[in-house]
Amino acid sequence: MKALVPVKRVIDYNVKPRVKADGSGVDLSNVKMSMNPFDEIAVEEAIRLKEAGKVEEIIAVSVGPAKAQETLRTALAMGADSAILIETDAEVEPLAVAKILKAVAAEVEPGIVILGKQAIDDDSNQTGQMLAALMDLPQGTFASKVEIDGDSVNVTREVDGGLETVKLTLPAIVTTDLRLNEPRYASLPNIMKAKKKPLDMKSPADYGVDIAPRLKTTNVSEPPVRQAGVKVADVDELVAKLKAMGVA
Amino acid sequence: MKTLVWVEHDNSNMADATLAAVTAASKLGEVHLLVAGSGCRAVAEQAAAVAGVGKVHLADDAAYAHALAENVAPLVVNLMGHHDAFVCPATTTGKNVAPRVAALLDVMQISDILSVEGEKTFTRPIYAGNAIATVESTDAKLVVTVRGTAFDKAEATGGSAAIEDVASTGDAGKSSFVGAEIAKSERPELTSAKIIVSGGRALKDSETFESVIMPLADKLGAGVGASRAAVDAGYVPNDYQVGQTGKIVAPEVYIAIGISGAIQHLAGMKDSKTIIAINKDEDAPIFQVADIGLVADLYKVVPELTEKL
Ligand SMILES: Cc1cc2nc3c(=O)[nH]c(=O)nc-3n(C[C@@H](O)[C@H](O)[C@H](O)COP(=O)(O)OP(=O)(O)OC[C@H]3O[C@@H](n4cnc5c(N)ncnc54)[C@H](O)[C@@H]3O)c2cc1C
Ligand SMILES: Cc1cc2nc3c(=O)[nH]c(=O)nc-3n(C[C@H](O)[C@H](O)[C@H](O)COP(=O)(O)OP(=O)(O)OC[C@H]3O[C@@H](n4cnc5c(N)ncnc54)[C@H](O)[C@@H]3O)c2cc1C
Repeated sequence: MKALVPVKRVIDYNVKPRVKADGSGVDLSNVKMSMNPFDEIAVEEAIRLKEAGKVEEIIAVSVGPAKAQETLRTALAMGADSAILIETDAEVEPLAVAKILKAVAAEVEPGIVILGKQAIDDDSNQTGQMLAALMDLPQGTFASKVEIDGDSVNVTREVDGGLETVKLTLPAIVTTDLRLNEPRYASLPNIMKAKKKPLDMKSPADYGVDIAPRLKTTNVSEPPVRQAGVKVADVDELVAKLKAMGVA
Repeated sequence: MKTLVWVEHDNSNMADATLAAVTAASKLGEVHLLVAGSGCRAVAEQAAAVAGVGKVHLADDAAYAHALAENVAPLVVNLMGHHDAFVCPATTTGKNVAPRVAALLDVMQISDILSVEGEKTFTRPIYAGNAIATVESTDAKLVVTVRGTAFDKAEATGGSAAIEDVASTGDAGKSSFVGAEIAKSERPELTSAKIIVSGGRALKDSETFESVIMPLADKLGAGVGASRAAVDAGYVPNDYQVGQTGKIVAPEVYIAIGISGAIQHLAGMKDSKTIIAINKDEDAPIFQVADIGLVADLYKVVPELTEKL
């Protein structure tokens, strides 16, 4: 079966985002951008399923600006077989991304779709669940283990109290949590090879999806800043402070 | 506006996270609760006692025992015929179910709200809490998840809402529950603990974490948290992780021990009332947010602190 892996180009997780002074958003000019870390985990998981003989072909897909081709090339260099960019400069909300992915899936017919559990820019944590709803498929969110067995998949999920395992019929939607795997680095020869792998360019209109936003972002501001406090010299001073606060 | 609030529970007890969601919902309008589970009438009774609640919808069926999204989403969608907003605590259950409901209603969800600014306007954190966005929905119905630390808890008693049984939508036949490993702990639960002692990579291994962090936590009656590095290295289970991708906490006192203060970690604890940091590196970023800092070797000072308290 095929695996479809949606990947998003986001601000690199090491960069501290700066809010624009006019409150219109976060300043992304001249900022390092990378593949969303959870999506690297999704690509890695698809590759491992392929190496284990459970998946035959991996298709990476991204919705975003022309530059997202770099992100897709990274996925191809890691081991995806082909890629599709649905190019748009608009900010596409999870519901619209899910609608586009549904249309892509109708063509690709994947047995499994592996997404990140959240993108680290908007932190929505929605796209996978929405795609599952629109396709009427089961969802295994926040996965820390994925085991395909015949026509079903067991997904171990990171939940508030610990871990939970669910069994889903295939095709299924899986979203990755941090401990699912450690993504590989692409080797130089594989980066070279990735340049020759197919990368299709499409637009949201090709899939007939209306991407008009449903949410209006009216302002983006800095959170209240915390002031650094005092340093204490030793444990006795710390104990005294704690006692003064009524903690001890 | 009529709101439907998802009640978080384990089929016997209602979880506290529900009460913060009730407060958020009450700012929008009338509050109805949904208890979906199996053998969960006791939960419905607790829910009916919450102050300010107008009605409790009880859907009791084996298909709802583990809140599988495939089974509960159609139930919520049916009830949304008579409600204007679906409000979920931003727990792992809420985060799993709410977007599925939103997509079925063709509504764009607003995740992890921090405040209610108007009928359809909310604030929410983006970029790991490094920016706060004000967003307004243009959809006919609302689906929101609520950050528990951002709202006061509604009073658990004083209400006397009617409990109404709701017909089951049955098992969708797509998913089943296999098992769970839920950590049992005598310690306070992280998201409701008044004091949290958290350990990082510096704790070396699970034995060291246990012997250094736990005695201090026990002395203070504190919950125990950890950085991602400590969880990834296997010192403690995943449900201890505090941060952007772990639990969001805001206790009275947060004590960070051997934690550097990466933005992803700060995202989960910087709203704590008082932050105390112990780190041997005086330039560690954690000191930029700490109210009280102690630059020292944790192996020396933490046992001393435990003893002197
Ligand atoms: C400051 C700011 C202002 C914004 N303003 C607007 C606005 O005015 N209008 C508007 O429509 N949106 C706006 N957005 C939202 C838009 O930029 C987000 O990208 C969108 O909401 C997706 O959310 P998410 O990536 O957090 O989704 P999540 O649900 O967290 O993503 C989960 C997973 O879904 C997949 N995925 C998500 N997006 C894509 C994608 N594009 N391509 C491929 N896979 C994907 C990935 O596997 C990802 O790991 C704004 C965002 C910010 C930060
Ligand atoms: C997508 C993504 C999501 C993430 N989500 C999270 C998250 O939710 N939560 C989270 O915590 N992290 C998260 N991270 C990881 C985060 O970036 C950091 O790597 C992590 O928080 C570091 O953990 P740490 O502070 O324990 O380790 P380190 O950064 O290694 O810090 C260890 C600290 O211990 C101090 N130390 C060492 N020895 C001693 C001693 N003897 N006495 C006193 N101090 C000592 C050092 O000075 C250092 O400051 C995420 C990362 C990514 C990419």
